[in-house]
Amino acid sequence: MINKSLKELAQALAAKQISSVELSTLFLDRIERLNPTLNAFVTVDREKSLAMARDADARIAAASGAKPAGPLTGIPIAQKDIFCAEGWTTTCGSKMLANFVSPYDATVIEKMHRDAGLVSLGKTNMDEFAMGSSNETSFFGPVRNPWDTSRVPGGSSGGSAAAVAARLAPAATGTDTGGSIRQPAALCNLTGLKPTYGVVSRYGMIAFASSLDQGGPMAASAEDCALLLNTMVGFDERDSTSLDRPVEDYVRGLEKPLNGLRIGLPKEFFGEGCDAEVMAAVRAAIAEYEKLGASTVEVSLPNSHLSVPAYYVIAPAEASSNLSRFDGVRYGYRAPDYGNLDDMYAKTRAQGFGAEVKRRILIGAYVLSHGYYDAYYLQAQRIRRLIANDFVEAFKSCDVIMGPTSPSTAFKLGEKAADPVQMYLSDIYTIAVNLAGLPGMSVPCGFVGGLPVGLQLIGNYFAEGQLLNVAHRYQQATDWHLRRPASAA
Amino acid sequence: MSLTLEQVKRIAHLARIEISDDEALTTQGHLNGIFQLIEQMQAVDTAGVEPMAHAQDVYQRLRDDAVTEADRRCAYQSVAPETEAGLYLVPKVIE
Repeated sequence: MINKSLKELAQALAAKQISSVELSTLFLDRIERLNPTLNAFVTVDREKSLAMARDADARIAAASGAKPAGPLTGIPIAQKDIFCAEGWTTTCGSKMLANFVSPYDATVIEKMHRDAGLVSLGKTNMDEFAMGSSNETSFFGPVRNPWDTSRVPGGSSGGSAAAVAARLAPAATGTDTGGSIRQPAALCNLTGLKPTYGVVSRYGMIAFASSLDQGGPMAASAEDCALLLNTMVGFDERDSTSLDRPVEDYVRGLEKPLNGLRIGLPKEFFGEGCDAEVMAAVRAAIAEYEKLGASTVEVSLPNSHLSVPAYYVIAPAEASSNLSRFDGVRYGYRAPDYGNLDDMYAKTRAQGFGAEVKRRILIGAYVLSHGYYDAYYLQAQRIRRLIANDFVEAFKSCDVIMGPTSPSTAFKLGEKAADPVQMYLSDIYTIAVNLAGLPGMSVPCGFVGGLPVGLQLIGNYFAEGQLLNVAHRYQQATDWHLRRPASAA
Repeated sequence: MSLTLEQVKRIAHLARIEISDDEALTTQGHLNGIFQLIEQMQAVDTAGVEPMAHAQDVYQRLRDDAVTEADRRCAYQSVAPETEAGLYLVPKVIE
Protein backbone atom coordinates (compact mmCIF):
# COMPACT_ATOMS: atom_id res chain seq x y z
CA MET A 1 0.00 0.00 0.00
CA ILE A 2 2.79 2.45 0.90
CA ASN A 3 4.23 2.40 -2.62
CA LYS A 4 0.97 2.87 -4.48
CA SER A 5 0.47 5.91 -6.73
CA LEU A 6 -2.02 8.62 -5.79
CA LYS A 7 -4.36 7.34 -8.50
CA GLU A 8 -4.23 3.81 -7.05
CA LEU A 9 -4.77 5.13 -3.52
CA ALA A 10 -7.75 7.15 -4.72
CA GLN A 11 -9.21 4.06 -6.39
CA ALA A 12 -8.72 2.00 -3.21
CA LEU A 13 -10.46 4.70 -1.18
CA ALA A 14 -13.33 5.04 -3.64
CA ALA A 15 -13.80 1.26 -3.75
CA LYS A 16 -13.83 1.24 0.09
CA GLN A 17 -10.91 -1.22 0.13
CA ILE A 18 -9.33 1.01 2.73
CA SER A 19 -10.55 4.03 4.69
CA SER A 20 -8.72 7.32 4.95
CA VAL A 21 -8.33 6.68 8.69
CA GLU A 22 -6.65 3.33 7.98
CA LEU A 23 -4.46 4.78 5.25
CA SER A 24 -3.44 7.77 7.36
CA THR A 25 -2.71 5.50 10.33
CA LEU A 26 -0.45 3.38 8.13
CA PHE A 27 1.68 6.42 7.27
CA LEU A 28 1.54 7.91 10.80
CA ASP A 29 2.89 4.60 12.12
CA ARG A 30 5.73 4.72 9.59
CA ILE A 31 6.52 8.28 10.66
CA GLU A 32 6.61 7.18 14.29
CA ARG A 33 8.99 4.35 13.43
CA LEU A 34 11.32 6.01 10.90
CA ASN A 35 11.26 9.73 11.67
CA PRO A 36 13.65 9.47 14.65
CA THR A 37 16.34 8.47 12.11
CA LEU A 38 15.38 10.78 9.25
CA ASN A 39 14.12 13.89 11.11
CA ALA A 40 11.91 14.63 8.09
CA PHE A 41 8.93 15.87 10.13
CA VAL A 42 9.11 18.64 12.73
CA THR A 43 5.44 18.48 13.72
CA VAL A 44 3.18 15.43 13.78
CA ASP A 45 -0.26 15.52 15.41
CA ARG A 46 -1.97 12.16 15.13
CA GLU A 47 -5.29 13.37 16.54
CA LYS A 48 -5.52 16.29 14.14
CA SER A 49 -4.58 14.09 11.18
CA LEU A 50 -7.09 11.41 12.09
CA ALA A 51 -9.84 14.01 12.56
CA MET A 52 -9.15 15.18 9.00
CA ALA A 53 -9.19 11.54 7.84
CA ARG A 54 -12.57 10.93 9.53
CA ASP A 55 -13.94 14.01 7.74
CA ALA A 56 -12.60 12.67 4.46
CA ASP A 57 -14.18 9.26 5.09
CA ALA A 58 -17.50 11.01 5.71
CA ARG A 59 -17.11 12.90 2.42
CA ILE A 60 -16.37 9.67 0.57
CA ALA A 61 -19.35 7.92 2.20
CA ALA A 62 -21.66 10.81 1.27
CA ALA A 63 -20.38 10.93 -2.29
CA SER A 64 -22.70 9.92 -5.09
CA GLY A 65 -22.64 9.78 -8.89
CA ALA A 66 -24.14 13.25 -9.01
CA LYS A 67 -21.87 14.62 -6.27
CA PRO A 68 -18.57 12.72 -6.31
CA ALA A 69 -15.83 13.22 -3.72
CA GLY A 70 -12.70 15.03 -4.95
CA PRO A 71 -10.20 12.89 -6.88
CA LEU A 72 -7.75 12.97 -3.95
CA THR A 73 -10.18 13.08 -1.00
CA GLY A 74 -8.80 11.07 1.90
CA ILE A 75 -5.22 10.77 0.67
CA PRO A 76 -2.67 11.82 3.29
CA ILE A 77 0.21 14.14 2.35
CA ALA A 78 2.99 16.05 4.12
CA GLN A 79 3.17 19.85 4.19
CA LYS A 80 6.42 21.77 4.12
CA ASP A 81 6.58 23.78 7.34
CA ILE A 82 6.65 27.03 5.40
CA PHE A 83 2.88 26.92 4.82
CA CYS A 84 0.81 28.46 7.62
CA ALA A 85 -1.86 26.01 8.77
CA GLU A 86 -4.42 27.13 11.33
CA GLY A 87 -3.88 25.47 14.69
CA TRP A 88 -0.60 23.85 13.58
CA THR A 89 2.80 24.97 14.76
CA THR A 90 4.41 26.62 11.72
CA THR A 91 8.13 27.11 12.28
CA CYS A 92 9.75 27.66 8.87
CA GLY A 93 12.70 25.74 10.35
CA SER A 94 13.53 28.64 12.66
CA LYS A 95 13.89 29.27 16.39
CA MET A 96 12.17 32.58 15.57
CA LEU A 97 8.89 30.71 14.94
CA ALA A 98 9.47 27.59 17.07
CA ASN A 99 6.33 28.34 19.12
CA PHE A 100 4.24 29.99 16.41
CA VAL A 101 0.83 28.33 16.11
CA SER A 102 -0.65 29.84 12.99
CA PRO A 103 -3.98 31.63 13.43
CA TYR A 104 -4.82 31.21 9.73
CA ASP A 105 -4.45 28.94 6.70
CA ALA A 106 -2.27 29.55 3.67
CA THR A 107 -4.26 29.42 0.42
CA VAL A 108 -2.43 26.20 -0.54
CA ILE A 109 -3.46 24.62 2.78
CA GLU A 110 -7.05 25.75 2.36
CA LYS A 111 -7.24 24.42 -1.19
CA MET A 112 -5.60 21.06 -0.51
CA HIS A 113 -7.27 20.20 2.77
CA ARG A 114 -10.57 22.07 3.00
CA ASP A 115 -11.42 22.01 -0.71
CA ALA A 116 -9.73 18.85 -2.03
CA GLY A 117 -10.12 16.79 1.14
CA LEU A 118 -6.47 15.73 1.47
CA VAL A 119 -5.30 14.75 4.96
CA SER A 120 -2.24 16.41 6.51
CA LEU A 121 0.26 14.01 8.09
CA GLY A 122 2.19 16.92 9.57
CA LYS A 123 4.79 19.58 8.82
CA THR A 124 8.14 18.76 7.27
CA ASN A 125 11.60 19.98 8.24
CA MET A 126 13.35 22.51 6.02
CA ASP A 127 16.32 24.84 5.86
CA GLU A 128 15.66 27.88 8.05
CA PHE A 129 13.37 30.25 6.15
CA ALA A 130 14.10 28.09 3.06
CA MET A 131 17.69 29.37 2.94
CA GLY A 132 19.87 26.39 2.18
CA SER A 133 20.51 23.48 -0.16
CA SER A 134 21.14 20.70 2.36
CA ASN A 135 18.60 21.06 5.17
CA GLU A 136 21.46 21.63 7.59
CA THR A 137 20.41 25.19 8.47
CA SER A 138 17.20 24.03 10.20
CA PHE A 139 16.91 24.97 13.88
CA PHE A 140 15.46 21.48 14.36
CA GLY A 141 18.54 19.67 13.10
CA PRO A 142 19.44 18.22 9.71
CA VAL A 143 17.29 15.80 7.73
CA ARG A 144 18.95 12.58 6.57
CA ASN A 145 18.72 11.18 3.07
CA PRO A 146 16.84 7.83 3.10
CA TRP A 147 19.20 6.52 0.38
CA ASP A 148 22.21 7.01 2.68
CA THR A 149 21.63 8.48 6.12
CA SER A 150 25.16 9.93 6.26
CA ARG A 151 24.16 12.24 3.38
CA VAL A 152 21.94 15.30 3.01
CA PRO A 153 18.54 15.12 1.30
CA GLY A 154 19.11 18.48 -0.39
CA GLY A 155 17.21 21.60 0.48
CA SER A 156 15.42 23.62 1.31
CA SER A 157 12.46 21.20 0.97
CA GLY A 158 14.61 18.35 2.35
CA GLY A 159 12.09 17.14 4.92
CA SER A 160 9.39 16.77 2.27
CA ALA A 161 11.84 14.97 -0.04
CA ALA A 162 13.05 12.53 2.63
CA ALA A 163 9.48 11.91 3.81
CA VAL A 164 8.22 10.94 0.35
CA ALA A 165 11.35 8.98 -0.59
CA ALA A 166 11.11 6.86 2.58
CA ARG A 167 7.33 6.57 2.09
CA LEU A 168 6.45 8.35 5.31
CA ALA A 169 3.97 10.15 3.06
CA PRO A 170 2.64 9.37 -0.44
CA ALA A 171 3.43 12.94 -1.58
CA ALA A 172 4.29 16.37 -0.22
CA THR A 173 4.43 20.07 -0.94
CA GLY A 174 7.62 22.05 -1.37
CA THR A 175 8.61 25.57 -2.27
CA ASP A 176 11.31 26.62 -4.71
CA THR A 177 13.12 29.99 -4.63
CA GLY A 178 16.39 28.88 -6.24
CA GLY A 179 15.97 25.11 -6.62
CA SER A 180 14.41 24.07 -3.30
CA ILE A 181 11.92 21.64 -4.88
CA ARG A 182 14.03 20.35 -7.78
CA GLN A 183 17.39 19.80 -6.04
CA PRO A 184 16.04 17.73 -3.09
CA ALA A 185 13.80 15.84 -5.56
CA ALA A 186 16.94 14.97 -7.55
CA LEU A 187 18.92 13.92 -4.47
CA CYS A 188 16.08 11.72 -3.13
CA ASN A 189 14.81 10.15 -6.41
CA LEU A 190 11.54 12.09 -6.58
CA THR A 191 9.62 13.96 -9.22
CA GLY A 192 9.24 17.61 -8.28
CA LEU A 193 7.72 20.57 -10.09
CA LYS A 194 8.26 24.29 -9.62
CA PRO A 195 5.41 25.98 -11.50
CA THR A 196 5.57 29.24 -13.43
CA TYR A 197 5.84 32.16 -10.99
CA GLY A 198 2.33 33.31 -10.06
CA VAL A 199 0.49 30.03 -10.70
CA VAL A 200 0.39 28.85 -7.06
CA SER A 201 -0.68 31.41 -4.45
CA ARG A 202 1.96 32.66 -2.02
CA TYR A 203 -0.62 33.76 0.56
CA GLY A 204 0.33 32.25 3.90
CA MET A 205 3.57 30.82 2.51
CA ILE A 206 6.24 32.44 4.68
CA ALA A 207 8.14 34.79 2.39
CA PHE A 208 11.84 34.44 1.59
CA ALA A 209 12.34 36.24 -1.77
CA SER A 210 8.90 37.25 -2.95
CA SER A 211 9.71 37.71 -6.64
CA LEU A 212 11.13 34.16 -6.83
CA ASP A 213 9.21 32.01 -4.29
CA GLN A 214 6.83 29.46 -5.74
CA GLY A 215 5.13 26.41 -4.19
CA GLY A 216 4.74 23.09 -5.96
CA PRO A 217 4.32 19.31 -5.62
CA MET A 218 6.94 16.66 -4.75
CA ALA A 219 5.94 13.05 -5.39
CA ALA A 220 6.97 9.69 -6.79
CA SER A 221 5.85 10.38 -10.36
CA ALA A 222 4.77 13.04 -12.83
CA GLU A 223 1.22 11.69 -12.68
CA ASP A 224 1.16 12.15 -8.90
CA CYS A 225 2.54 15.69 -9.33
CA ALA A 226 -0.15 16.51 -11.90
CA LEU A 227 -2.91 15.32 -9.57
CA LEU A 228 -1.48 17.36 -6.69
CA LEU A 229 -0.89 20.45 -8.81
CA ASN A 230 -4.57 20.39 -9.82
CA THR A 231 -5.44 21.00 -6.16
CA MET A 232 -2.84 23.76 -5.62
CA VAL A 233 -3.26 26.24 -8.46
CA GLY A 234 -5.67 29.09 -9.08
CA PHE A 235 -6.05 32.84 -8.90
CA ASP A 236 -5.96 34.27 -5.39
CA GLU A 237 -6.80 37.89 -4.77
CA ARG A 238 -4.91 37.73 -1.46
CA ASP A 239 -1.62 37.28 -3.35
CA SER A 240 -0.83 40.47 -5.25
CA THR A 241 1.25 38.57 -7.85
CA SER A 242 -1.19 35.70 -8.37
CA LEU A 243 -2.06 35.36 -12.04
CA ASP A 244 -5.67 35.46 -13.13
CA ARG A 245 -5.85 32.89 -15.90
CA PRO A 246 -8.04 29.91 -16.86
CA VAL A 247 -7.56 26.84 -14.66
CA GLU A 248 -6.01 23.84 -16.43
CA ASP A 249 -6.37 20.12 -15.84
CA TYR A 250 -2.76 18.92 -15.64
CA VAL A 251 -3.73 15.24 -15.86
CA ARG A 252 -5.53 15.49 -19.19
CA GLY A 253 -2.46 15.89 -21.40
CA LEU A 254 -0.18 13.37 -19.67
CA GLU A 255 -0.37 10.64 -22.31
CA LYS A 256 0.33 12.79 -25.36
CA PRO A 257 3.02 11.13 -27.53
CA LEU A 258 6.37 12.91 -27.73
CA ASN A 259 6.83 12.60 -31.50
CA GLY A 260 8.36 15.77 -32.84
CA LEU A 261 9.27 17.17 -29.41
CA ARG A 262 12.32 19.43 -29.74
CA ILE A 263 14.64 19.20 -26.75
CA GLY A 264 17.04 22.11 -26.27
CA LEU A 265 20.39 21.24 -24.71
CA PRO A 266 22.13 24.38 -23.39
CA LYS A 267 25.82 23.99 -24.09
CA GLU A 268 26.53 25.77 -20.77
CA PHE A 269 24.84 22.90 -18.88
CA PHE A 270 26.93 20.24 -20.60
CA GLY A 271 30.39 21.69 -20.05
CA GLU A 272 32.61 21.56 -17.01
CA GLY A 273 31.33 21.71 -13.46
CA CYS A 274 29.15 18.61 -13.43
CA ASP A 275 30.15 15.22 -12.08
CA ALA A 276 30.95 12.97 -15.08
CA GLU A 277 28.78 10.06 -13.98
CA VAL A 278 25.84 12.36 -13.25
CA MET A 279 26.28 13.76 -16.74
CA ALA A 280 26.35 10.24 -18.23
CA ALA A 281 22.99 9.46 -16.57
CA VAL A 282 21.53 12.71 -17.94
CA ARG A 283 22.79 11.91 -21.45
CA ALA A 284 21.32 8.41 -21.24
CA ALA A 285 17.95 9.94 -20.35
CA ILE A 286 18.14 12.22 -23.36
CA ALA A 287 18.95 9.21 -25.57
CA GLU A 288 15.80 7.55 -24.17
CA TYR A 289 13.82 10.63 -25.20
CA GLU A 290 15.17 10.29 -28.73
CA LYS A 291 13.82 6.73 -28.77
CA LEU A 292 10.45 8.17 -27.75
CA GLY A 293 10.41 10.35 -30.86
CA ALA A 294 12.04 13.55 -29.63
CA SER A 295 14.91 15.35 -31.36
CA THR A 296 17.64 17.44 -29.78
CA VAL A 297 19.04 20.82 -30.69
CA GLU A 298 21.90 22.73 -29.09
CA VAL A 299 20.86 26.02 -27.53
CA SER A 300 22.77 28.60 -25.54
CA LEU A 301 22.11 30.38 -22.26
CA PRO A 302 25.17 32.63 -22.42
CA ASN A 303 24.44 34.46 -19.16
CA SER A 304 23.61 31.41 -17.07
CA HIS A 305 26.97 31.58 -15.26
CA LEU A 306 25.77 34.90 -13.82
CA SER A 307 22.63 33.43 -12.29
CA VAL A 308 24.24 32.48 -8.95
CA PRO A 309 25.88 35.93 -8.46
CA ALA A 310 22.69 37.80 -9.43
CA TYR A 311 20.57 35.53 -7.26
CA TYR A 312 22.77 36.16 -4.20
CA VAL A 313 22.03 39.85 -4.54
CA ILE A 314 18.32 39.72 -5.39
CA ALA A 315 17.23 36.95 -3.00
CA PRO A 316 19.05 38.40 0.06
CA ALA A 317 17.78 41.91 -0.77
CA GLU A 318 14.21 40.68 -0.78
CA ALA A 319 14.86 38.50 2.28
CA SER A 320 16.29 41.38 4.32
CA SER A 321 13.10 43.29 3.66
CA ASN A 322 10.73 40.33 4.24
CA LEU A 323 12.44 39.21 7.43
CA SER A 324 12.31 42.66 9.00
CA ARG A 325 8.85 41.61 10.22
CA PHE A 326 10.49 39.34 12.81
CA ASP A 327 11.05 41.91 15.52
CA GLY A 328 9.66 40.25 18.66
CA VAL A 329 6.55 42.42 18.75
CA ARG A 330 3.59 40.78 17.01
CA TYR A 331 4.53 37.08 16.84
CA GLY A 332 7.40 34.70 17.26
CA TYR A 333 10.42 34.79 19.51
CA ARG A 334 11.34 37.68 21.80
CA ALA A 335 14.68 37.80 23.67
CA PRO A 336 14.16 37.28 27.40
CA ASP A 337 16.38 40.19 28.50
CA TYR A 338 16.75 43.55 26.82
CA GLY A 339 17.08 47.27 27.49
CA ASN A 340 15.34 49.70 25.16
CA LEU A 341 13.28 48.95 22.03
CA ASP A 342 16.29 48.94 19.71
CA ASP A 343 18.08 46.53 22.01
CA MET A 344 15.01 44.29 22.04
CA TYR A 345 15.01 44.13 18.23
CA ALA A 346 18.75 43.48 18.00
CA LYS A 347 18.82 40.76 20.68
CA THR A 348 15.61 39.10 19.45
CA ARG A 349 16.99 38.88 15.91
CA ALA A 350 20.48 37.84 17.01
CA GLN A 351 19.06 34.97 19.09
CA GLY A 352 16.11 34.04 16.87
CA PHE A 353 17.89 33.70 13.50
CA GLY A 354 20.56 31.15 12.60
CA ALA A 355 23.90 31.94 10.95
CA GLU A 356 22.88 31.48 7.29
CA VAL A 357 19.75 33.60 7.65
CA LYS A 358 21.77 36.36 9.32
CA ARG A 359 24.36 36.24 6.53
CA ARG A 360 21.68 36.70 3.90
CA ILE A 361 19.97 39.52 5.79
CA LEU A 362 23.34 41.29 6.05
CA ILE A 363 24.09 40.85 2.34
CA GLY A 364 20.63 42.21 1.57
CA ALA A 365 20.98 45.18 3.90
CA TYR A 366 24.33 45.98 2.29
CA VAL A 367 23.29 45.76 -1.38
CA LEU A 368 20.24 47.91 -0.68
CA SER A 369 22.14 50.53 1.30
CA HIS A 370 22.91 54.00 0.07
CA GLY A 371 25.82 54.07 -2.35
CA TYR A 372 25.69 50.35 -3.24
CA TYR A 373 22.17 50.04 -4.60
CA ASP A 374 23.05 50.78 -8.23
CA ALA A 375 26.23 48.73 -8.34
CA TYR A 376 24.65 45.63 -6.81
CA TYR A 377 20.89 45.59 -6.72
CA LEU A 378 20.16 47.31 -10.03
CA GLN A 379 23.03 45.52 -11.76
CA ALA A 380 21.62 42.19 -10.54
CA GLN A 381 18.18 43.10 -11.86
CA ARG A 382 19.67 43.99 -15.25
CA ILE A 383 21.47 40.65 -15.36
CA ARG A 384 18.20 38.99 -14.40
CA ARG A 385 16.73 40.49 -17.58
CA LEU A 386 19.61 39.13 -19.67
CA ILE A 387 19.10 35.67 -18.16
CA ALA A 388 15.36 35.76 -18.87
CA ASN A 389 16.04 36.94 -22.44
CA ASP A 390 18.41 33.99 -22.98
CA PHE A 391 15.49 31.63 -22.34
CA VAL A 392 13.19 33.58 -24.70
CA GLU A 393 15.83 33.15 -27.41
CA ALA A 394 16.38 29.45 -26.63
CA PHE A 395 12.67 28.62 -26.74
CA LYS A 396 12.54 29.90 -30.33
CA SER A 397 14.25 26.67 -31.41
CA CYS A 398 13.01 24.12 -28.85
CA ASP A 399 9.95 23.11 -26.81
CA VAL A 400 11.63 22.03 -23.62
CA ILE A 401 15.15 22.46 -22.20
CA MET A 402 16.96 19.59 -20.47
CA GLY A 403 20.07 19.19 -18.38
CA PRO A 404 21.19 18.06 -14.94
CA THR A 405 19.25 19.27 -11.88
CA SER A 406 22.27 19.20 -9.58
CA PRO A 407 25.98 18.98 -10.43
CA SER A 408 26.45 16.05 -8.02
CA THR A 409 24.55 13.36 -6.15
CA ALA A 410 23.74 13.83 -2.45
CA PHE A 411 26.78 15.04 -0.52
CA LYS A 412 27.80 14.12 3.03
CA LEU A 413 26.35 15.94 6.02
CA GLY A 414 28.81 18.66 7.00
CA GLU A 415 30.71 18.47 3.69
CA LYS A 416 29.73 21.96 2.51
CA ALA A 417 28.32 23.44 5.70
CA ALA A 418 31.41 25.51 6.51
CA ASP A 419 31.67 27.17 3.09
CA PRO A 420 28.58 29.12 2.01
CA VAL A 421 29.89 29.67 -1.53
CA GLN A 422 30.34 25.91 -2.18
CA MET A 423 26.82 25.36 -0.92
CA TYR A 424 25.44 28.11 -3.18
CA LEU A 425 27.03 26.51 -6.24
CA SER A 426 25.00 23.32 -5.76
CA ASP A 427 22.07 25.28 -7.25
CA ILE A 428 23.98 26.34 -10.34
CA TYR A 429 21.55 24.70 -12.81
CA THR A 430 18.31 25.60 -11.05
CA ILE A 431 18.57 29.28 -10.11
CA ALA A 432 18.23 30.78 -13.60
CA VAL A 433 14.76 29.23 -13.87
CA ASN A 434 13.57 31.15 -10.80
CA LEU A 435 15.10 34.40 -12.01
CA ALA A 436 13.22 34.03 -15.29
CA GLY A 437 10.03 32.83 -13.54
CA LEU A 438 9.77 29.70 -15.71
CA PRO A 439 8.44 26.27 -14.73
CA GLY A 440 11.01 23.56 -13.99
CA MET A 441 10.99 19.91 -12.96
CA SER A 442 13.35 17.27 -11.72
CA VAL A 443 12.76 13.68 -12.81
CA PRO A 444 14.66 10.56 -11.61
CA CYS A 445 17.01 9.36 -14.37
CA GLY A 446 19.51 6.95 -12.84
CA PHE A 447 21.90 6.20 -10.01
CA VAL A 448 25.58 6.81 -9.34
CA GLY A 449 27.08 4.70 -6.55
CA GLY A 450 23.61 3.91 -5.23
CA LEU A 451 22.57 7.56 -5.12
CA PRO A 452 19.82 9.07 -7.30
CA VAL A 453 20.39 11.47 -10.22
CA GLY A 454 17.83 14.01 -11.41
CA LEU A 455 17.13 15.18 -14.95
CA GLN A 456 15.98 18.79 -15.07
CA LEU A 457 13.22 19.82 -17.49
CA ILE A 458 12.62 23.52 -18.11
CA GLY A 459 9.54 24.72 -19.94
CA ASN A 460 8.29 27.96 -21.35
CA TYR A 461 5.91 30.14 -19.30
CA PHE A 462 2.78 28.16 -18.31
CA ALA A 463 4.11 24.93 -19.84
CA GLU A 464 3.56 22.92 -16.61
CA GLY A 465 1.17 20.62 -18.47
CA GLN A 466 3.73 19.98 -21.19
CA LEU A 467 6.54 19.34 -18.69
CA LEU A 468 4.37 16.84 -16.82
CA ASN A 469 3.52 15.13 -20.12
CA VAL A 470 7.21 14.96 -21.10
CA ALA A 471 8.12 13.55 -17.68
CA HIS A 472 5.21 11.10 -17.63
CA ARG A 473 6.04 9.55 -21.03
CA TYR A 474 9.62 9.01 -19.87
CA GLN A 475 8.33 7.34 -16.72
CA GLN A 476 6.16 5.03 -18.83
CA ALA A 477 9.35 3.86 -20.57
CA THR A 478 11.71 3.73 -17.55
CA ASP A 479 11.48 2.61 -13.94
CA TRP A 480 14.01 4.86 -12.17
CA HIS A 481 11.17 6.67 -10.38
CA LEU A 482 9.91 3.37 -8.96
CA ARG A 483 13.15 2.53 -7.14
CA ARG A 484 12.90 2.87 -3.37
CA PRO A 485 15.48 3.07 -0.59
CA ALA A 486 15.78 -0.01 1.65
CA SER A 487 13.54 1.49 4.34
CA ALA A 488 10.63 1.71 1.88
CA ALA A 489 11.23 -1.45 -0.16
CA MET B 1 35.89 44.71 -3.09
CA SER B 2 36.06 43.60 0.51
CA LEU B 3 34.09 44.65 3.55
CA THR B 4 35.90 46.10 6.56
CA LEU B 5 35.04 44.94 10.05
CA GLU B 6 33.56 48.39 10.61
CA GLN B 7 31.21 47.94 7.64
CA VAL B 8 30.10 44.50 8.86
CA LYS B 9 29.17 46.02 12.23
CA ARG B 10 27.44 48.90 10.52
CA ILE B 11 25.19 46.69 8.36
CA ALA B 12 24.46 44.43 11.37
CA HIS B 13 23.25 47.57 13.12
CA LEU B 14 21.16 48.58 10.09
CA ALA B 15 19.61 45.10 10.09
CA ARG B 16 19.06 45.28 13.88
CA ILE B 17 21.06 42.13 14.58
CA GLU B 18 23.34 42.28 17.61
CA ILE B 19 26.80 41.04 16.70
CA SER B 20 29.83 40.34 18.91
CA ASP B 21 33.38 41.16 17.80
CA ASP B 22 34.11 37.45 17.28
CA GLU B 23 30.97 36.96 15.20
CA ALA B 24 31.73 40.07 13.18
CA LEU B 25 35.12 38.64 12.29
CA THR B 26 33.75 35.25 11.14
CA THR B 27 30.94 37.00 9.29
CA GLN B 28 33.42 39.29 7.56
CA GLY B 29 35.23 36.25 6.14
CA HIS B 30 32.02 34.63 4.91
CA LEU B 31 30.59 37.81 3.42
CA ASN B 32 33.80 38.60 1.58
CA GLY B 33 33.77 35.11 0.06
CA ILE B 34 30.19 35.65 -1.09
CA PHE B 35 30.94 39.12 -2.47
CA GLN B 36 33.83 37.66 -4.44
CA LEU B 37 31.23 35.48 -6.17
CA ILE B 38 28.88 38.44 -6.64
CA GLU B 39 31.66 40.58 -8.11
CA GLN B 40 31.49 38.54 -11.36
CA MET B 41 28.51 40.74 -12.20
CA GLN B 42 30.64 43.83 -12.43
CA ALA B 43 32.40 42.64 -15.59
CA VAL B 44 29.11 42.64 -17.52
CA ASP B 45 28.11 45.62 -19.62
CA THR B 46 24.42 46.16 -18.91
CA ALA B 47 24.08 49.65 -20.37
CA GLY B 48 20.57 50.11 -21.74
CA VAL B 49 19.20 46.92 -20.14
CA GLU B 50 15.95 47.50 -18.30
CA PRO B 51 16.16 46.17 -14.69
CA MET B 52 13.84 43.19 -14.15
CA ALA B 53 12.14 43.36 -10.78
CA HIS B 54 9.65 40.65 -11.48
CA ALA B 55 9.09 37.49 -13.50
CA GLN B 56 5.75 38.58 -14.92
CA ASP B 57 4.96 41.86 -16.56
CA VAL B 58 1.96 42.62 -14.39
CA TYR B 59 0.64 45.67 -12.60
CA GLN B 60 -0.66 46.01 -9.08
CA ARG B 61 -4.34 45.20 -9.09
CA LEU B 62 -6.82 47.66 -7.62
CA ARG B 63 -9.86 46.60 -5.64
CA ASP B 64 -12.93 48.32 -4.27
CA ASP B 65 -12.31 50.22 -1.06
CA ALA B 66 -14.50 47.89 0.99
CA VAL B 67 -14.11 45.87 4.19
CA THR B 68 -13.33 42.27 3.23
CA GLU B 69 -11.77 40.84 6.38
CA ALA B 70 -13.50 39.89 9.61
CA ASP B 71 -12.12 41.23 12.91
CA ARG B 72 -9.75 38.57 14.22
CA ARG B 73 -7.69 40.73 16.54
CA CYS B 74 -7.91 38.29 19.45
CA ALA B 75 -6.67 35.36 17.35
CA TYR B 76 -3.82 37.38 15.89
CA GLN B 77 -2.79 38.82 19.24
CA SER B 78 -2.83 35.41 20.87
CA VAL B 79 0.52 34.66 19.19
CA ALA B 80 2.19 37.91 20.34
CA PRO B 81 4.94 37.80 22.99
CA GLU B 82 3.21 40.42 25.17
CA THR B 83 -0.13 42.22 24.88
CA GLU B 84 -2.38 44.17 27.21
CA ALA B 85 -5.91 45.46 26.64
CA GLY B 86 -5.64 44.70 22.92
CA LEU B 87 -2.30 46.47 22.53
CA TYR B 88 1.16 45.12 21.75
CA LEU B 89 3.57 45.86 24.60
CA VAL B 90 7.10 47.07 23.80
CA PRO B 91 9.73 48.93 25.82
CA LYS B 92 9.13 52.64 26.20
CA VAL B 93 9.80 54.35 22.84
CA ILE B 94 9.80 58.00 23.92
CA GLU B 95 11.62 58.78 27.16
